Amino acid sequence: MRRRLVTVLLAVVTAILVTPAVAVADTQGGETLNGQIRKPETVAGIDITVFQGDEEIGTATTDSEGRWEVALPGPGNYRVVLDEESVPDEFVVADQPGAEHADVNVRPGQQRTVIFVLAYADEASTEPSPSQSSDDADDGAGAAASDTEDGLAAPGVSSNASFGTKAIQLTVAGLLYGLIIAISAVGLSLIFGTTKLTNFAHGDMVTFGALMALLVSGMTLFAGLHTAVTNLLADVWLLGPVLGFVTRPMVLGTVVAVLLGAALGAFLERFIWRPLRKRNVALIQMFIVSIGLAMVLRHVLMVAFGSNRMSYPDFQLQAMLRLGPIAITPRDLVLMILSVLVLVGVAALLQFTRVGKAMRAVSDNRDLAESSGINVDRVTLYVWTLGGALTALGGVFYGLNQIVHWQMGFHLLLLMFAAVILGGLGTAYGAMVGGLIIGLVAQLSTLWFPSQLMNAWALGLMIIMLLVRPQGILGRRERVG
Amino acid sequence: MSSDVNGATVDRMAGVDPLPGVAKPDPILVVDGVRRSFGGLTAVDVEHLEVQRGTITALIGPNGAGKSTLFNLLTGFDRVDSGTWTFQGKQLNGLGGHRIAREGMVRTFQLTKALTRLTVMENMLLAAPGQTGERILGSFLRPQWRKQEEANRARAEQLLERFKLLAKKDEMAGSLSGGQRKLLEMARALMVNPTMIMLDEPMAGVNPALVQSLLEHITALRDEGMTVLFVEHDMDVIMGISDWIVVLSEGKVIAEGRPSDIRADQRVIDAYLGSGYEESGREPQTDTGESHE
Amino acid sequence: MDILQVLADATRSAIGPVAAVYALAAIGLNMHFGYTGLLNFGQVGFMLVGGYGVAVSVSTFGLPLGVGFLIGIASAVALALVLGLPTLRLRADYLAITTIAVAEVARLIYRAEFLRDITGGVYGLQSFSTAFYQWNPFPSGTYGFGWLSFSARDLWVMTVTWGLVLVGSAVMWLLIHSPWGRVIKGIREDEDAVRSLGKNVFVYKMQSLIIGGVFGALAGAMLVVNQQTITPDQFMPQVTFYLWAILLLGGAGRTLGPVLGSVVMWFLLSVTDSVLRQLIATDVITFIASSEIGGVRHALVGVALLVLIIFRPQGLIGNRKEMLINVK
Ligand SMILES: Nc1ncnc2c1ncn2[C@@H]1O[C@H](COP(=O)(O)OP(=O)(O)OP(=O)(O)O)[C@@H](O)[C@H]1O
Ligand SMILES: [Mg+2]
Repeated sequence: MRRRLVTVLLAVVTAILVTPAVAVADTQGGETLNGQIRKPETVAGIDITVFQGDEEIGTATTDSEGRWEVALPGPGNYRVVLDEESVPDEFVVADQPGAEHADVNVRPGQQRTVIFVLAYADEASTEPSPSQSSDDADDGAGAAASDTEDGLAAPGVSSNASFGTKAIQLTVAGLLYGLIIAISAVGLSLIFGTTKLTNFAHGDMVTFGALMALLVSGMTLFAGLHTAVTNLLADVWLLGPVLGFVTRPMVLGTVVAVLLGAALGAFLERFIWRPLRKRNVALIQMFIVSIGLAMVLRHVLMVAFGSNRMSYPDFQLQAMLRLGPIAITPRDLVLMILSVLVLVGVAALLQFTRVGKAMRAVSDNRDLAESSGINVDRVTLYVWTLGGALTALGGVFYGLNQIVHWQMGFHLLLLMFAAVILGGLGTAYGAMVGGLIIGLVAQLSTLWFPSQLMNAWALGLMIIMLLVRPQGILGRRERVG
Repeated sequence: MSSDVNGATVDRMAGVDPLPGVAKPDPILVVDGVRRSFGGLTAVDVEHLEVQRGTITALIGPNGAGKSTLFNLLTGFDRVDSGTWTFQGKQLNGLGGHRIAREGMVRTFQLTKALTRLTVMENMLLAAPGQTGERILGSFLRPQWRKQEEANRARAEQLLERFKLLAKKDEMAGSLSGGQRKLLEMARALMVNPTMIMLDEPMAGVNPALVQSLLEHITALRDEGMTVLFVEHDMDVIMGISDWIVVLSEGKVIAEGRPSDIRADQRVIDAYLGSGYEESGREPQTDTGESHE
Repeated sequence: MDILQVLADATRSAIGPVAAVYALAAIGLNMHFGYTGLLNFGQVGFMLVGGYGVAVSVSTFGLPLGVGFLIGIASAVALALVLGLPTLRLRADYLAITTIAVAEVARLIYRAEFLRDITGGVYGLQSFSTAFYQWNPFPSGTYGFGWLSFSARDLWVMTVTWGLVLVGSAVMWLLIHSPWGRVIKGIREDEDAVRSLGKNVFVYKMQSLIIGGVFGALAGAMLVVNQQTITPDQFMPQVTFYLWAILLLGGAGRTLGPVLGSVVMWFLLSVTDSVLRQLIATDVITFIASSEIGGVRHALVGVALLVLIIFRPQGLIGNRKEMLINVK
């Protein structure tokens, strides 16, 4: 009650300061139509003309990045036509959304994006229609920035498949998504367990891994190595194919990324977190330090690698494998199998090795572990190293499964938090269970709800969990007095 | 056994049998079947326990016996797995810690919780009950809460004087020593005007001379009608001022009785006191100390 | 390099409307973190609902601007309840994770396709602030002197926003220097202790969350009124981190900390921006494109957070003595 009064009080103050007057249409102009032709690649020199009724409003030609823009006289309905004559020979205009948008509504002040899609001339008949085809022409106009934000629905799920088929496909996609979240989140949870630090920079360690793999796999040196090996050993039994695979740039890239991830984890622990712990810096402040670190890491990566969406050169276009009712690309199948192996490996490490047991002991009770002779600092260093390696691996897998982007880790971070909270902060197994659940919930939500909101459902689940069982599925309540 | 102000010894628990779970003539707190376990470990499992109104009751037991956990449960800082308890006839199950404190049952913590970046005086004033200025709209009505604040300040100064903290009243509580923090916490709990105060190891780390004066203070509070339940490991203190002692071991009440009963109880000696205590047979110093007054 | 020009730009940015908006939002954050110890990492979520409260009410539903402000504030109260109910009983870091998550969820929802008719989806909304500018009492023209002059429009926005900052700071001072504020600060130190003294910690935290959130919403509303447009993607989590940097720079737990922090921060940001731009233009720096200055700036804010926390946790005007006691 009192609260409400204060609110009203503040509102009244505001209202007095800002008395409303008659609304007049905003004369701030600046309406434009624009777009970027970048599917399947950026194409320059394509003419696009905008009409209102029969009157030609303006024409634009795509620049070297495929961008075009036409200024408009004001809000209204427009017709946008791509001049098929101007399309280079090797391309044709894709059937969807076609070469003309008949009725594009522009609101006052709006800078509206219109999408045109090309296809390679020789593949035009076989190429599946792009994903936008399910949307109607009006909604297909997603701004270039927007699709990096939205959850990516499971690939290969066409919108007209039956509910059952879709459910199966999404379950598979969800499992893979969940496994990737789990791999990345184990480190987060172990770090929290051993040092009580909520590491905000963890997402950017994911990005780091993905980008390092991109860097290495794109190096001509490694591509050359791969060609040399395949040429030399092509006929050698077993060794040929094995070495051929192992030297594939993507495989090498993954290995290097994991090593660099481990090094980054160890570096951060050794040169930032350990000194801060020794100075007795409070946990809240450490948390803020990790946020600062996250911002630095993320934006340094952005400046270094640019803000475009990228994908690995390797393993991109693959035909679907059919396993009974499940359709999956060989790439995703391999990713799933590898993820399961990695998680089993981590579990075995924690369960059966000395260092793993020490990690769990420190995670359980740092002081007790210290007094029973465990070198807590060393174990913490191992945890960071392991966490860094796993996180980088998660990043590579995520990048392979979806895209590589400077903000990918940050988007995954929130899901990782959801996973560890769901499973129980500080427990490695909880992170795995939580990750799987989060992945499944996110993907399966798209059965009923827009895919833009899939991450929202996962985060919603986390909030519900906090309400009913804050310690998480595998967590323990804390002592108070 | 205990001494009252004029030095004569009175037995406030006359006629009560020294048996675990025994009924008291006028219980202020009644605990029934309270259990709490952590994983496989049953930390507290109290079948029946009553605390007599207007007495000083000590809760003793070895480390890890479940004393602090029992405190947490009774004061709403932890949730019981099962069981109920009533305070002044009112059932308290499921009430939050602040509600139980407002019912008049105020506790202190074994690990002190001084509000470090508040001054000692602010710590004290914070504890005063029923302040108008603590309500969000009331806080804007300065003249309204000014008078109340002055009265609270006067009372706080008296308490601080008693606890030898008056000189420190404008210092940050975080700058106090460990023992001073214990004192501040006790003084702060008293500021709430509790009916019953529950002290978790109040004397740990407090210097002996001050212990003496604090014990007098606690006895005085009891004589004014307050009920005191406290956890302590110092046998001299316990035997010196307790009217009644409850012994907890592995979560269960294994014995209850007057200090003399407890000293003679074989189970207590086995579980807690150890054989050395009985043989040395030394008298608690506090008794002699007080009888000189 | 034209140093005078750089300094002039920086000064204008330090006292401009955006600095005022950030100061206002940081005042709210100061209530949360500086006084109550709540780790709110979703302050931008409050700005978002505040801004959209105004934009949607006016643009979509044709309500008066004042009603829009009220709706923005009401949205902030609702958001505070959504955030607080599940997390305020839990340890501090749960609130941190939840707030940032909920702020992101809110942004995802406001930009979602199915709400396009109401919120304008990813394109946001325009033309909702006409009333505000019609109410401008300053006759058109420029005010000020030489390099430090503002248009009547800017002056009007600045007057209102800095006015809100002033009122907000005063309200904050009154609240904190009262028994209510004492309880709030006690909660920051140790909520169990405060609970053991019979205070309903949950209610106090909720009150604090709501008050701070309302400041955030007002900031968001003034931000979009100043811009005259709103898009969901301007409410990225980075905004919250800026607010934290501002608060820590100025000094958390000080009435004027967030105000000073915002002024200094925007001054420094503007200086860095101009210097970088000029260095790039003159080819002194070649490895950064001018389109990446934003990224560099974010990274610098990150560095600022790091350095502040490690070397000057009390900020510019914080109490060093209080900070040293920090033994949590
Ligand atoms: N939150 C918790 N999680 C797990 N175990 C706990 C928790 N709280 C208490 N315990 C366990 O419960 C048992 C009782 O602990 P408690 O603190 O109540 O003992 P105590 O009698 O107060 O001991 P002391 O005299 O040393 O203070 C101990 O074995 C302790 O390890
Ligand atoms: Mg104890």
